[in-house]
Amino acid sequence: MNREALINAALLLGLIAVPAWAVIADEPFTITLATRAVILALAAVGLNIALGIGGLVSLGHAVFFGIGGYSMGILAYHAQNYTPLTDWPFTIQGTRSMPVIWLVATLTSAFAALVIGLLSLRTSGVYFIMITLAFGQMFYFFSISWSAYGGEDGMSIYVRNGFPGLNTLVPIQFYGLCLGLLCLVLALNALLIRSPFGLALNAARQVPERVRAVGLDPFRLRLVAFTLSGAITGLAGALFADLNRFVSPTMFSWQLSGEIIVFIIIGGTARLFGPVAGAALFVALEHWLGGLSDYWHVFLGLLLLLIVLFAKGGLIGLLAGRSKAHD
Amino acid sequence: MSLILLAEQVLNGLQFGIMLFLMAAGLTLIFGVMGLINLAHGSLYMVGAFCAAAVAGATGSFALGLAAALAGAAAAGALIELLVIRRLYNRDHLDQVLATFALILIFSEGTRWLFGSFPLYLEVPGALAGPVALPFGIQYPAYRLALIAIGLIVAAGLFWLIARTRLGIRIRAGENDREMVAALGVDIDRLYTVVFALGAALAGLAGALVGAIQSVQVGMGEPVLILAFVVIVIGGIGSIKGALVGALLVGLTDTLGSVFLPALFKLFMQPAAATQTGASLASMSIYILMAMVLIWKPTGLYGART
Repeated sequence: MNREALINAALLLGLIAVPAWAVIADEPFTITLATRAVILALAAVGLNIALGIGGLVSLGHAVFFGIGGYSMGILAYHAQNYTPLTDWPFTIQGTRSMPVIWLVATLTSAFAALVIGLLSLRTSGVYFIMITLAFGQMFYFFSISWSAYGGEDGMSIYVRNGFPGLNTLVPIQFYGLCLGLLCLVLALNALLIRSPFGLALNAARQVPERVRAVGLDPFRLRLVAFTLSGAITGLAGALFADLNRFVSPTMFSWQLSGEIIVFIIIGGTARLFGPVAGAALFVALEHWLGGLSDYWHVFLGLLLLLIVLFAKGGLIGLLAGRSKAHD
Repeated sequence: MSLILLAEQVLNGLQFGIMLFLMAAGLTLIFGVMGLINLAHGSLYMVGAFCAAAVAGATGSFALGLAAALAGAAAAGALIELLVIRRLYNRDHLDQVLATFALILIFSEGTRWLFGSFPLYLEVPGALAGPVALPFGIQYPAYRLALIAIGLIVAAGLFWLIARTRLGIRIRAGENDREMVAALGVDIDRLYTVVFALGAALAGLAGALVGAIQSVQVGMGEPVLILAFVVIVIGGIGSIKGALVGALLVGLTDTLGSVFLPALFKLFMQPAAATQTGASLASMSIYILMAMVLIWKPTGLYGART
């Protein structure tokens, strides 16, 4: 086992040990914090497929987070009010079932990512960053003016949705679900990195000309990566909405897109557990610095600046002691 | 829909567009010359507005406030260039996005720390407080007309600076070949600091001018920053001419869209639904415009660089 694998194992152990301690010590707030970290980590693991392996700097990933959130919000809202979503061409009812909501959130955000990817991937570099930002703003402003679902005020879902056989209102049980999903996605991600697709995508980031020369289409590789990436971030959005029992346009905001990138960078770009380390550190800082000073964003900004300028490998790069994966 | 309303809205759109140009010119200049994406440009706009509001509030003079905005924003720009931005020129865009995102956090919370969370107010100078009568019976606020005039003068000055002066020649040369310019004996580091301070001063000027119409508050720079990015992406990154055309396009689309789209939908929809659809489409209109331009021309209207 090399050092990075050890660090990953330690992180995973921490994700199990901290909430376990919180249950014993009866500290439900710590479990909520850990759940928040795990869900944000899931969103960042999603983006890391596009950004880390594919080199696609998307400044609009909050779109998929928001679509996931609104999928949950809209389905649960209709279930809450006993009104059908639509009557035509056939009646669609709302639902409170998490597996159904997850499926809908994943599929709708995958579809959105496919369409946005088709349009955005024609550009590259700064233009790609900016066009994804523009799509993010489109969805943000649309959700603000969409008064049927709360508009600017967002909407509250009063009871957390259900999962067969579990009581999701018990914090640790909901945490278990989120952690389970994160582990599943991490495992898939580990397989993906080693698969021919992952290798080709990595190559397309480094030398697109050569990839093209061996007969692979970088555009198609990137589109698949972007779609997968959006789908995972959308799933995280649905979980996030369920954690807060609240959905609002801020889930689409560009600051959130920026923060998801920040998780990846402070953890370590293109490393399997980078987004997990980053999200956990971010949530911890938010909590501790937020308790120390109302102006904790100043310190967060300074820390981020130092990491970008002087510690390129992020937290895992710093601990693992050697730079890897990204140039 | 009367002709007077149309004329007024076109003037509003023009004024908004020209203010966007002041922001976008700095952004595009910095990108064109140094290849740097500066998300913190909106913070310099905010710095300008706060300097103007603080100085004008203390001295009662709008002109002194404007001078303070220019000086304050230019100084802040030069400072961050020397401390932070300088280290980012040779990094990839991701690092630039992140480091300047960090600067936004520092500037926003730092300003909140200094000035508190409540907005400041900047009074329109007394001489420009009333309306002006234009031909065809149009009454238009004098201050907004002055903004259009100042913006146009600054735009003309900028074009002259880039096209006709020694500094402009160096800026254009630096865009093309940094090493060659340095080899010819130009202090390229100082040139970059000057360009950055110039861009910052333009943003600060825009912030101070607009600060008298809207309130001066923390976070005021971010919406404008995003619009300025939309502008330079539509115009083609690195092109001042593109920034001007893009700014006017965005200003007019945004202003005219929010007034006329709801009215347009009322022609064939229920009034309530029309207002709703029109308003949501209007708020998305400039992003739709940008996406369409990029799908049609992936490097913007006048852009060459990718």
